[in-house]
Amino acid sequence: MDVNEYLGLFLDESQEHIQSVNTQLLKLEQTGSQDAIQEIFRSAHTLKGMSATMGYESVANLTHEMESALDLVRAGKKESNQLLLDTMFSAMEQIEEMIANIETGGRGANVDVAATVSAFQSFIGSTPKAAPTVEANVFTADLYTDSVITQAKETGFEAFQLHVKLSDAVVLKAARAYMVFDRLQELGEVVRTLPETEAIEQEQFELSFDVLFVSQETADVIEHAVSQVSEVEHVHVTVYTSASSAPEVAVSAETVAVAEPKPKIETEEPKEQAVAQAKTIRVNLERIDRLMNLFEEFIIDRGRLERLADEVGQPELNETVEKIKRGTNELQSLVLTLRMMPIEQVFNRFPRMVRSVAKDIHKKVQLDITGAETELDRTVIDEIGDPLVHLIRNAIDHGIELPEVRVAAGKPEQGSLALRAYHGGNRVFIEIEDDGAGIHVDKVRSKALERGVITPEEATAMTDNEVAMLIFAPGFSTADVVTDLSGRGVGLDVVKNKIESLGGVVTLETVVGQGTKFQVSLPLTLSIISAMLVQAGEETYAIPLSSILETTLLDEADILTAHRERVFDFRGQLVPLVYLKEMFAIETETKTQFPVVVVRKGNKLVGVVVNDLIGQQEIVMKPLGTYLEGIPAISGATILGDGRVALIVDSNDLF
Amino acid sequence: MEQKWVVFSLGTNTYGIDVQSVRSIERVQPVTRVPNAPAHVKGVINLRGVVTPVIDLRLRLGYEAVEPTDETRILIASLNQGDAGFIVDRANEVVESEDVRLEPIPESSRDMLSAHLTAIAKGEDKLFSLLDANALFDEQHAE
Repeated sequence: MDVNEYLGLFLDESQEHIQSVNTQLLKLEQTGSQDAIQEIFRSAHTLKGMSATMGYESVANLTHEMESALDLVRAGKKESNQLLLDTMFSAMEQIEEMIANIETGGRGANVDVAATVSAFQSFIGSTPKAAPTVEANVFTADLYTDSVITQAKETGFEAFQLHVKLSDAVVLKAARAYMVFDRLQELGEVVRTLPETEAIEQEQFELSFDVLFVSQETADVIEHAVSQVSEVEHVHVTVYTSASSAPEVAVSAETVAVAEPKPKIETEEPKEQAVAQAKTIRVNLERIDRLMNLFEEFIIDRGRLERLADEVGQPELNETVEKIKRGTNELQSLVLTLRMMPIEQVFNRFPRMVRSVAKDIHKKVQLDITGAETELDRTVIDEIGDPLVHLIRNAIDHGIELPEVRVAAGKPEQGSLALRAYHGGNRVFIEIEDDGAGIHVDKVRSKALERGVITPEEATAMTDNEVAMLIFAPGFSTADVVTDLSGRGVGLDVVKNKIESLGGVVTLETVVGQGTKFQVSLPLTLSIISAMLVQAGEETYAIPLSSILETTLLDEADILTAHRERVFDFRGQLVPLVYLKEMFAIETETKTQFPVVVVRKGNKLVGVVVNDLIGQQEIVMKPLGTYLEGIPAISGATILGDGRVALIVDSNDLF
Repeated sequence: MEQKWVVFSLGTNTYGIDVQSVRSIERVQPVTRVPNAPAHVKGVINLRGVVTPVIDLRLRLGYEAVEPTDETRILIASLNQGDAGFIVDRANEVVESEDVRLEPIPESSRDMLSAHLTAIAKGEDKLFSLLDANALFDEQHAE
């Protein structure tokens, strides 16, 4: 088989499975969810199969060990422990490295996995789980079991789960087991056993076995009857709680029935699976770009057509144009989503990274992610990962203090790190906020002076925030002790450059003792957007609809003054007013009543005063060019239906 | 090496710009003002679907602004930073290097403007200064 053809697919799917395992591992660590074990097992199994087919034995071998270890946990024979979790985490790291090696043309044999393999093997070989508690998860339900139990319950039977342990000195295990079954048959009916009945008959079990049993007797009676059998050391009888006890659920028997109810996690899981398994085809990005370009031209022509149809005023023509408009609107939302991907793809790798970084330097960090579904351009997604990794590492390394320091400062032992993504205007904002020590501005200032980054005159003239921003200056590091993390010779200046090369901006806010917030704002690179066209004097501007909350009419008399700022009452909230004509020095008269476009950024609002609202329109965003870059409050330009250029207002600059 | 220049006027002064860097010569068309841009930036135009900045070369070189006439043209130059248009009073002709002789800028006339001039071209009935459009722009940007 020519495997090259499948390499791309293999790499993609491997990444997906690695991601899924990592997510589930974290879930397992936090909740001990049985479903997580199933998921991890499934992914490990798939990884093993794929890599074996592709001939990457190193990956196959490691996943095989992992699968074997998990199989025991899954079957309830062994209990998962921290050591196993850590081993699995490092196994996934190693597999990731192997996959990366394969991606660059290697054979994936670049990682020494001996330690991991032996850790798995010692887990597999260790003494089996002594299981005095068998309340949950001994029997995974199947359709047959469930229907039997449902039927039995309808006729007044109760389902029990028995854990029988024979004494160490037992000679004829199978015979004793047979006697147990014999007793049970008198009281009710054995539905299933674990191991299977044949295995028990052939003595293929250790000292204990489990029985799923339906009976009209009580648990006590059953327990008493079984314990009468000689050489039975212990019997534990519990009521079998299956999902099928509620009859309508009996159909969905694939769900693991015996596990204790953890409603939230379990209901969310099938959804996640569905996303991972959504069918995709891979399309060359160039083709999509060509499609976008063609479509842009088409949209401009459509604008022209609309205007012409308006002038002609022929009903049939208008109707046809209207149809075209509707069709293209749908087409457009489709085309636009082609290049967009949720930032989840980048965020997904952070929980594990935060865990391992924090562990390495003995810090406790709780990571909260919001807005992972925020979509942005594929190109940006590909590039933004590394800068974010750097900022997060930085926050854990320099921001969040050691647990004892935090306690001494009266903070919770566990530091919190928030990672947020959201849309604002035509940009995407990503925030990384920690509740750590904050940046000591004086320390930064003296270090910057010492390293000659700034002159003494500059140092006195700079505001605290400007000084704090110096940590992004080339050749600057605030670490008192060069740790493994920060000592990589890569400074934050690289992060800043990278973000700027993506058309982004990074800013920070810091309060000593309370924490630091980094904010990265990135262009959405949506080239076609919905915008509100507004008029001020002779000039037309476009305000992206995505940043507009609503438009309203305001009377001169409604304007209030607060802190020498003009504000107005917008639904009980005082919102500052910005006059477009003042902002852009447009010569125009002041009207006594005027439209206000209320725009938002995050949860802040601003009212933009304009002369007239022209209407909503699809516009194609065009860059103003390098030469005019950095013009305040203008993010680009667009060509209107009549061929004139209108500038696009960057509402983020109005705050 | 054979060189050609597009020669244009600003008032009574004539300048030449390397023909290689001139993409097209356009008639005056509606310019959209860009607020808060430097004064000599006239605005942007729609040049066959590309939003192109337009510079009033008079203002850039320190002359007085004039109203556009029938002869006013926009020279579209392709520069390091992308295309840009220069508004000139009149586009005269294309001059070949064999028709002129290049002389250095006289020391005495070195001033702010001449920093963007590379040489003076003299011919039988011609005299014009060679303009380095990129220098004009780059320095501009740094300001």
